Amino acid sequence: MASAQGTSPLNQPAQQVSDDARGYYTPGEPIVDPVAPTGPIDQRWTQRIFDNRLVNPANRRKLDIIIVGTGLAGGAAAATLGEAGYNVKSFCYQDSPRRAHSIAAQGGINAAKNYKEDGDSTFRLFYDTVKGGDYRSRESNVYRLAEVSANIIDQCVAQGVPFAREYGGLLDNRSFGGVQVSRTFYARGQTGQQLLLGAYQAMERQVAAGTVTQYTRHEMLEVIVADGKARGIVARDLVTGEIETHLADVVVLANGGYGNVFFLSTNAMGSNVTAAWRAHRKGAYMANPCYTQIHPTCIPVSGAHQSKLTLMSESLRNDGRIWVPKKAEDCDKDPRDIPEEDRDYYLERIYPAFGNLVPRDIASRQAKNMCDEGRGVGPAVTEVGPDGTEQQVRRGVYLDFADAISRMGRKAVETKYGNLFDMYARITGEDPYETPMRIYPAVHYVMGGLWVDYHLQSTIPGLFVTGEANFSDHGANRLGASALMQGLADGYFVLPNTIREYLADGPFEKIDESHPAVVEARTDVEQRIQKFLSINGTRSADSFHKQLGNIMWEYCGMERSEEGLRKAIDMIRDLKKEFWTDLRVLGTNESINQSLERAGRVADFIELGELMCIDALNRRESCGGHFRAESQTEDGEALRHDDEFAYVAAWEWTGEDGLPVLHKEDLIYTAIEMKQRSYK
Amino acid sequence: MATPTLVKGARATRSTVALKIVMAVSGLVFIGYVLAHMYGNLKAFAGHDAYNDYAHHLREFGEPMLPYEGFLWVMRLVLVIALVAHVGAAVALWRRAAKARTVKYQVKKNQSSSLSSRTMRWGGLALLLFIVWHLLHFTVGKVNPSGGATNDPYNLMVESFDLWWMTVIYLLAMLALGFHLHHGTFSAIQTLGFTNTASSRARAKQAGWVLAVVVAGGFSLVPLSVLVGIIEK
Amino acid sequence: MRLTLNIWRQRDAASAGSMQKYELDGVSEDMSFLEMLDVLNEQLNEQGEEPVAFDSDCREGICGNCGLMINGQAHGPEVTTTCQLHMRSFKDGDDITIEPWRSDVFPVLRDLIVDRSAFDRIIQAGGYISANTGSAPDAHAAPVEKKKADRAFDVATCIACGACVAACPNGSASLFMGAKITHLGELPQGQPERYDRVVNMVGQHDAEGFGGCTNIGECTAACPKEIPLDVISQLNKDLRTALKQGR
Repeated sequence: MASAQGTSPLNQPAQQVSDDARGYYTPGEPIVDPVAPTGPIDQRWTQRIFDNRLVNPANRRKLDIIIVGTGLAGGAAAATLGEAGYNVKSFCYQDSPRRAHSIAAQGGINAAKNYKEDGDSTFRLFYDTVKGGDYRSRESNVYRLAEVSANIIDQCVAQGVPFAREYGGLLDNRSFGGVQVSRTFYARGQTGQQLLLGAYQAMERQVAAGTVTQYTRHEMLEVIVADGKARGIVARDLVTGEIETHLADVVVLANGGYGNVFFLSTNAMGSNVTAAWRAHRKGAYMANPCYTQIHPTCIPVSGAHQSKLTLMSESLRNDGRIWVPKKAEDCDKDPRDIPEEDRDYYLERIYPAFGNLVPRDIASRQAKNMCDEGRGVGPAVTEVGPDGTEQQVRRGVYLDFADAISRMGRKAVETKYGNLFDMYARITGEDPYETPMRIYPAVHYVMGGLWVDYHLQSTIPGLFVTGEANFSDHGANRLGASALMQGLADGYFVLPNTIREYLADGPFEKIDESHPAVVEARTDVEQRIQKFLSINGTRSADSFHKQLGNIMWEYCGMERSEEGLRKAIDMIRDLKKEFWTDLRVLGTNESINQSLERAGRVADFIELGELMCIDALNRRESCGGHFRAESQTEDGEALRHDDEFAYVAAWEWTGEDGLPVLHKEDLIYTAIEMKQRSYK
Repeated sequence: MATPTLVKGARATRSTVALKIVMAVSGLVFIGYVLAHMYGNLKAFAGHDAYNDYAHHLREFGEPMLPYEGFLWVMRLVLVIALVAHVGAAVALWRRAAKARTVKYQVKKNQSSSLSSRTMRWGGLALLLFIVWHLLHFTVGKVNPSGGATNDPYNLMVESFDLWWMTVIYLLAMLALGFHLHHGTFSAIQTLGFTNTASSRARAKQAGWVLAVVVAGGFSLVPLSVLVGIIEK
Repeated sequence: MRLTLNIWRQRDAASAGSMQKYELDGVSEDMSFLEMLDVLNEQLNEQGEEPVAFDSDCREGICGNCGLMINGQAHGPEVTTTCQLHMRSFKDGDDITIEPWRSDVFPVLRDLIVDRSAFDRIIQAGGYISANTGSAPDAHAAPVEKKKADRAFDVATCIACGACVAACPNGSASLFMGAKITHLGELPQGQPERYDRVVNMVGQHDAEGFGGCTNIGECTAACPKEIPLDVISQLNKDLRTALKQGR
């Protein structure tokens, strides 16, 4: 079936008619992927592996590669490139590469192994991923992802990753995130941890072998672009405060996603956009920054002290039923006292075909709608709106296992979900076996990221971007269990085969610390740090971060409107001014200074937040994780406008006071036809 | 103290685990010895002649293959080697532990460790002192505090334990021995790698209890019986 | 609730440190322990005093970055990580003593932050299976008995937080090491390097200056992932086998 596909275009380039963001941006030239493959879709990657030039093994050790980040994408790349014999320098801000936030992924990893013989195939995984991304991803990249997915499982098993197994000793699979085949491999609820430790161990092996040098507790603060190529980074040693210059032939960013722009998210406390944003300011385009995935099953906020949100695996929706009281006055009652007829199982009511298993964005938006209607449950939390007004809102809906417990028995529920129930009980102090859980959506993943071509190279030559940090594979929404797949695909199999095409021209002319580009990058970093330390205002970086988060969540969260986004941009601009005049960072640069670290990250989040709002404002359609109030059907469902927006929005930085320039990359499908989704 | 470099050419024989194995094996030798010793002591219940015959027989054991007292000297040699190994390894590990944490906690709670496990080192030292005293008392010096003849083991024993303070010394020593065996038995089995499941670990802990009670109890029976007059001259 | 906090403050590795007392009011029982410290830090920042430095990242109990000695217990009174400890485990008026992990192998870098890089080096010494990318056979080529696969998973959940070292009276890292040795040793893929692995990892452990294990069990009681003591037995057994093989 597939081999004939991929030879002729099935859709026309989009023609944007609306222009909501006028005044906030400058239209730019279209952008095309200079290395986009052609031909039958199932042969493109194989052909490319062959076509890309090789690097002589004797030359590899003369080539220096910097990799920023040690999650699945960065750790796997460091290990693989180290094994190949390159000279790798790996950076992470944590105290060990093993702490990267990939470790927190719970559910599993997809792979088109078809071990269940249930009709799965590379093409089906490709199809599901493109469809799940609402036709806003690049088909060649996605097909490649599906293709290498099977190799990932082989590789991980060989490393000793303890995937779940059946009694026969073979690997177990489960179905995940609403797909109808079982292709998700898992290690109880800790798949990300086990995969990351596999990559970490492979990388540590290379550290011992001398091919990888690891720089822990180092934060990249600037990329060095010399003579048009990325040639190194400036990093701060977070223990001594020393500003270090590291030079190389190529730089890889694997710094993860920027969900923490919302302050509250399921990301780690330290997850940040700084590495990517600094590269953006140096010329790397940022693509589709507004595409954010909001996960429906998180533990609700308990108060103003909340520092992060905790996700519970989506698998809970397989057996739990989601509801809120029909009447607002029932909301403070004990849920067990609310009779069946007074409960509104709203997902089952609105989406009878999919019920509680509707995609993440729908489940999330409906939960917000219920709470906005005043039918939320749990303790009323004081919400300080972005404009400073306070209101009391209950932010939570019930996820009820009473039916499941009576149907399957408590024991079976315990076996399946025990660790999640325990986690819930520990955080909330409530027993979910006795009383329904409360859940609420939280920011979980960003599909947007630095623009890359088919080789994962950004618009800065020699700067490659992998994993969540790039934009390429998930379109406007990501399927469950696909983030781990993409991180490892990029790190183990894609980047090592594409970076050699670039490195075949190396080693590049040596530059040293006196090169003007190096001096400039270094000076910029030093001045910025001095600025943070000398503002001497009244507010902590955290307090600005929280305020930014409130603005983003309210106006650039689950539902975005033209009016709201305009308001948000103004508020963010004001916030930026206040930040640079009223920030207080105590202490010095010359020691561990966590306030200083945060200040730098928040400064970049503020700028990113503004761009996200502009991107969201421009995209007057609803697709994937991006829901524009102005673009919905009569029943309030998301309405896509392929004719106007089937493109990647790649944004170019033009300076502090300049307007961002929008470059559009048309999305032309050759192997799959665009369809409007329906879950009714 | 942390080293930023990787060790080259690590050897199993030079590891801390090898030291622990030395402790475990030498400890098992002692366990075998105290069980046999206790059995001999219980001969006291069989009366003066049986007890002394047993003591004398130990010297003739293995004749004519071994010379007179040959078996005893072989045993003594094994015990001395085991003692040197046990104490030597203990001192080495103790010193390592002391260097591993030179700044102490202001507050530290013990959550699951038994008193016996935490007193292995000081308890072991106490046992070492006791062994010196015990050898002076019964083997080398043959000191009889009540002044009777010392070439009659049974009488020496009975006259010694007729003194309440002497009995107290021995009972305290047996308490220390019980403690040491309670954790030591489990620890030896664990160190030799025989407790790879929760159930085998539970059994090893039970073995520690049983040995502690049997050995400490068995040894204590004799002095107690002398004190209350069940055993007399 | 209102709390009195006694916290170890230390400028950097070279400076001497001391305990400092802080009063904190308005603590809610729904806060996590680290959120309570966030509130303290916000208050200190307002007062012009440098905030207390402590490590934390994922705050969902899996990255292993956080770890404090709370009233003499590693990660505090519950069997979980510090980030998952909530203030409902304390009561109004409590005095809480907070110290960094104490081990000479984990030097204090600032306040409550210690350097655990020795753990990375123990893994570098042998805590892996050598399988270059692309060299792997099909994942179903080697079935694994479910019991062994389950045990491998159970012990692979170690998060390398260092609580075992912190709680051990000997400052030993045997539980951390045993977990990795058992995980890889249970799997067919881990067999070829099994006995070299244990020798090299233990060799690195000893060179770092960790103490020897005395099988006391404080480590497993403090372990937020409840890694059982049998991993140390497994480590010992593997090392004994390595001894027999003359490695």
